[in-house]
Amino acid sequence: MTEMSRIVRTISSIAFPFSMIFGLYVIAHGHLTPGGGFQGGAIVASACAMILVTFGSKWTITKIKEKKLSILESLGAISFIALAFLGLIFGAVFFNNFLVGTDYLFGVIPPTGSVIADINTGGLLPLMNFAVGIKVIAGLFVIVLVMAYATSSFREENK
Amino acid sequence: MIYNIPYIAVAALILLGLYALIFKRNLIKMVIGITLIESGVNLFLITLGYRKDSIAPIYTSSPGGTMAFPIPQALTLTSIVIGVAVLALMLSLVVHIYRHYGTLDVKKIRRLKE
Amino acid sequence: MDKRNIASVIVFTIVAIFFVISSLLIHPFGMPDESEMDDYIIENTQEETGANNGVTSVVFDYRGFDTLGEATVLFTAVAGVILIFRRLKND
Repeated sequence: MTEMSRIVRTISSIAFPFSMIFGLYVIAHGHLTPGGGFQGGAIVASACAMILVTFGSKWTITKIKEKKLSILESLGAISFIALAFLGLIFGAVFFNNFLVGTDYLFGVIPPTGSVIADINTGGLLPLMNFAVGIKVIAGLFVIVLVMAYATSSFREENK
Repeated sequence: MIYNIPYIAVAALILLGLYALIFKRNLIKMVIGITLIESGVNLFLITLGYRKDSIAPIYTSSPGGTMAFPIPQALTLTSIVIGVAVLALMLSLVVHIYRHYGTLDVKKIRRLKE
Repeated sequence: MDKRNIASVIVFTIVAIFFVISSLLIHPFGMPDESEMDDYIIENTQEETGANNGVTSVVFDYRGFDTLGEATVLFTAVAGVILIFRRLKND
């Protein structure tokens, strides 16, 4: 697909960092407010799809190859499973939440009832949110990019 | 029957999707019918977990009161992501079929033999 | 063609009758029957998991195995899409 006019390119370059910061905020505060890994990943992936529509698929695929994106997605999936296996090593169960109650990284237990948000709580949950967030961002972006490039008229060989 | 209006909306969505899947001959319209059925099922899962005058199950600065059920909301999250994955695969297959046969009619695709 | 048309109309009518009958027998909106499992989760989610969000603690801690299965489905879909649109070197 070809690119759009100069006004659209300028405005979407301004709006892209704000959308990404909002999406990363929704991923990082998944254990305090509504949100989490999947929802924040969908927000950042839709911001990246806006860049793809505005600048054309021919320019985007020269900047980001699909091999790097699929390596990033596999890293997210492997780190999710590694966190689950760490629960097996430090406890006795698969997916054990071994950081609750200790004072290593995220181990403060909040008092019961209605509280003010404290980001130091949650145990293993914020780390798993980040792993799933990276996986969803890379996965949805590579689906949109491959389908947009393969159905355009810039390919040399014919299938 | 007038007390359960969300269930009537679920039945309307599923019946519309089933009509588009059975009685239409274009491949893209059948894909749209499958998506409508999935939206109806997701709506049904959420309306199963509501108590009268309840709030969201979150403790950060909550005003207090009874809370809704959190388990159907977690199952709906998984179902939405699986729906996106199946839709991506279906559309890639439709593009591939169009390049090979040149038409999108279901009756012609079944007859041509290469 | 006539047999296939009659069969599809019969199937559609059966599903429509099923929905009409079951909408008279379902419980009213807002009054579920049993709530023991969800009451346990709402009361104990701040001591056992340490999170303030009930839905995230169900998705990642009480039912983390379903999230593992969903991550696998997403990975398989991305692998399938890249496989269909790969670029073969034909020379």
